Amino acid sequence: MIENVWLITALPLAGFIVIGLLGKRLGEKLSGIIASLFSAAAFVVTILIFMEVLAKEESARKIIVKFFDWIVVGKVNTAVAYQVDPLSLVMTLIVTGVGSLIHFYSIGYMHGDKLSAKYFAYLNLFMFSMLNLVLGSNLLIMFLGWEGVGLCSYLLIGYYYETKEAGDAGKKAFIVNRVGDFGFLIGIFLILFVFGTLEFSELEQLAEGHKSGEMVIFWITIMLFIGATGKSAQIPLYVWLPDAMAGPTPVSALIHAATMVTSGIYMLARLSFLYVKSPETMMIICIIGALTAFFAATIGMFQNDIKKVLAYSTVSQLGYMFMGVGAGAFSAGIFHVMTHAFFKALLFLGAGSVIYALHHEQDIRHMGGLRKKLPITHFTFLIGTLAIAGTPLFSGFFSKDEILWKVFNYSPAIWLIGATGAAITSYYMFRLYFVTFYGEMRYHEHGDHKVHESPLIMTVPLVILAALSLGGGLFGIPHILDFFHMGNLLEEFLHHSVSDSSVVSHGASTEIAMMAMSVILALVGFFISYKVFFKGKRVPGKDEEYSGLPKTVYNKYYVDEFYNIAFVKSIYHAALILWRAFDVFVIDGIVNGVAKLLRNLGGGMRETETGVVHDYMMYMAGGLVSFFVLLFLFFL
Amino acid sequence: MGESMNLMNITQTHYIVLSVLLFCIGAAGVLIRRNAIVIFLCVEIMLNAVNIALVAFSRGLDQNRGEVFVFFVIAVAAAESAIGLSLLILLFRQKKTLDVDEINSLKGNL
Repeated sequence: MIENVWLITALPLAGFIVIGLLGKRLGEKLSGIIASLFSAAAFVVTILIFMEVLAKEESARKIIVKFFDWIVVGKVNTAVAYQVDPLSLVMTLIVTGVGSLIHFYSIGYMHGDKLSAKYFAYLNLFMFSMLNLVLGSNLLIMFLGWEGVGLCSYLLIGYYYETKEAGDAGKKAFIVNRVGDFGFLIGIFLILFVFGTLEFSELEQLAEGHKSGEMVIFWITIMLFIGATGKSAQIPLYVWLPDAMAGPTPVSALIHAATMVTSGIYMLARLSFLYVKSPETMMIICIIGALTAFFAATIGMFQNDIKKVLAYSTVSQLGYMFMGVGAGAFSAGIFHVMTHAFFKALLFLGAGSVIYALHHEQDIRHMGGLRKKLPITHFTFLIGTLAIAGTPLFSGFFSKDEILWKVFNYSPAIWLIGATGAAITSYYMFRLYFVTFYGEMRYHEHGDHKVHESPLIMTVPLVILAALSLGGGLFGIPHILDFFHMGNLLEEFLHHSVSDSSVVSHGASTEIAMMAMSVILALVGFFISYKVFFKGKRVPGKDEEYSGLPKTVYNKYYVDEFYNIAFVKSIYHAALILWRAFDVFVIDGIVNGVAKLLRNLGGGMRETETGVVHDYMMYMAGGLVSFFVLLFLFFL
Repeated sequence: MGESMNLMNITQTHYIVLSVLLFCIGAAGVLIRRNAIVIFLCVEIMLNAVNIALVAFSRGLDQNRGEVFVFFVIAVAAAESAIGLSLLILLFRQKKTLDVDEINSLKGNL
C-alpha cells in the first residue's frame, strides 16, 4: 500500500479537476458530496498506510517513494518523491481527517450558495497542495505545496468577492505570505548552495558534519523561520490571519486554524536536525513564539467578532507551538498541532454553526442565550472551550502543558510569558462562551428567520471533533500522569523523524507543581470571566465606549495602521513616482518611439504606391535594369 | 541560289539585334503610352521579340528546345490576350476611358 501513497494527493486533485470542469452541471449539492468523498477516500488510504507503517520495525518506518526525476542539473537531482514517515503521517492524518470532516460540514454550511461548486473545487485543491507540502521528500515539493496552499488560501478568503472586505483580506493574506515566502526561498537557495541537495534524508546526513552554531546554519534556519512566520502567522507577519476571517467559516476552520497555518511548525519539525545546530535561532523562535502567544491573547480579550476572537486565539496557540519548538520540544509542538487542529476546528465549526443559525450575524454582542436554541452546538463548543483553556484531561491540557514544561526547563522567564498567556486564553475563551451562549438572547428573530439547530451534516462533524478534543490528549500523556503505562505514544512514534533537543533539568515534583500552576492560571482566567460575564451578565460595550489601554488593544495595538504607514503607503508612493517618472517617460517613451518610427517609415513608403500603372512599370523596369547592371559590375 | 546566298548572310546576330530592337520598342511603348490597348499591343510585341530570340538561339545551337518554348509562349499569349481584351472591354464599360493614368484605384466607380 505504501507505494500507492500517490493516491493520497491524487484523489483530492481528481476531485478538484472533476468539480472544476463540471461544477456548474453538477450543482452545489453533488459537487459538495463528490469533494467530500474524494477527501474521505484520501483519509482511508492514509489510514491503510498508517497501519502498514505501524506494523514495521521502528527503524524501518521511513520510506521514500520516488516517482520520477524532476530537475537534474549537474550534481543536484531533485525528484518527485514522497517521504512516508511518522512525522508526515501524523500530519497527513490530521489534514485528511479533519479536512474530510470539514468537507462534509461545508455541504450543510454552503447550502444555498450558488457558487459553491467553485468553493468545493478550491477546497479539494487546497487538500492537494497541503498534502504535497506534508508528504514531499524534498524542499522543492514542499515549497510547491507551500505556494499552493497560499494560493488556495487567497482564493478562499476572497470567496465572497462581491464585498470589498473579502477581496482586500485575500490580497493582504497573499502579499504578507509572499514576504515570508521570500525568506523561505532564500533559505532553500542557501541550503542548495551549502549542501547541494534538497532531499530531507540526504540533508539529515550532511547536517551531521556541521558544528553547532555555524554562521551559515544560523542564516539558513533564520530565513526558513521567516517563511514560517508568514505562513504560521507569527510576529511580525501575523496581521493577515485575523483578516482572513472574511472567508467562509469552514475555510477558517480548515485552512486558517487546523492545517495550513501549522505548516510552519511542520517545516521546523521536518528540518529539526538543522535547527538543533543553531541555538541562536532556537532562542529567537522561542521568544517570538512567546511574544506572539501573549500579544495575540491580549488582543483576543477585547474582540467582539466571534471569528476574530478565534482568529487571535489561533495566532496565540501557534505562538505556543513555536515556543515549544524553540525550546527544542519538536514533538510537543507537533502534539499541540494535532490537539489544536481538533479543538480549533471544533470551535470554528461551532462558530460557523452559530453564524449559520443567526443568518450571518458574527458580533457576539448580538448573540446571547443560544444554549437552549442550539444544544449540540453549545455542548460541543463548551468542550472546545474547555480544551483550549487547558482544563485537565482535555486534549489541550496535555499538549500545552508539555510545551510549557519544556519551555520552563529552557527558560523560566519565557515560561512566565507563556503561562500568563494561558490565563488570558482561558479568560477570553470563556468570555466568548458566556456572552454567546448565556444571558439574554439579543438576536431579534423576525419572520421566518427563526433560530434553530444546524442540520445533521453539520452537527455530526462537531460531535466527532468534540470527541477528539476530549480524547486527543491520550496520544501524549506525560510520564508522571501515565497511570496505565501507555507511554507518550506520539513522542515515541515521532522519535525517529524529529530530533528533539529539549533537556529536562527539573524533577517530577517541579513538573507537578508547574502543572498545578497552569491549572490555577486557567482557573483564574475562568473565574474572572465567570464573574463578569456570567454572574455580572455583562455584554461588551459599543466600539466608542473603549478608551485608554483597552482602546489600544481593541484596535490591535494599531499594528495594521503602523504597517500601513510604514510599508503600504511608502511603497505606494514610491510606485507612484516610478509610474509617473520612469514608466510614463522611459518605458512608454521607448514603446511609443518605436511605434512612431515605424509609422513614419511606413508613411514614407506609402508615397511610392500611387496606383498608377506607369509608376509600377517604371519600378519594374528600373529594378530589372539595376539588377542586371549590378550583376555585370560585380559578378562578370 | 543568289537569294539563298543573301539569306545565308543574315547571321544569328541580325536576329538578336532585331529581337532587342523589337523588345525595346515594346518596352518603350509599355512605359510611355497611356492607352491600355496600345500598351497591350506593346506587350505582345515584347513577347514576339523574345520568340524571335528563342528561335534564333535554337537554330544556332542546333536543337529544338527553344522552338518548343516558342509554342508555349504563343499559346500563353493567346490565352492572355483573350482574358486581357475582355478585361479591357469591361474596364471601358465602367470607366468610359482606356487611359491607364485615369485607372488608378481599386475601388469600382470613383
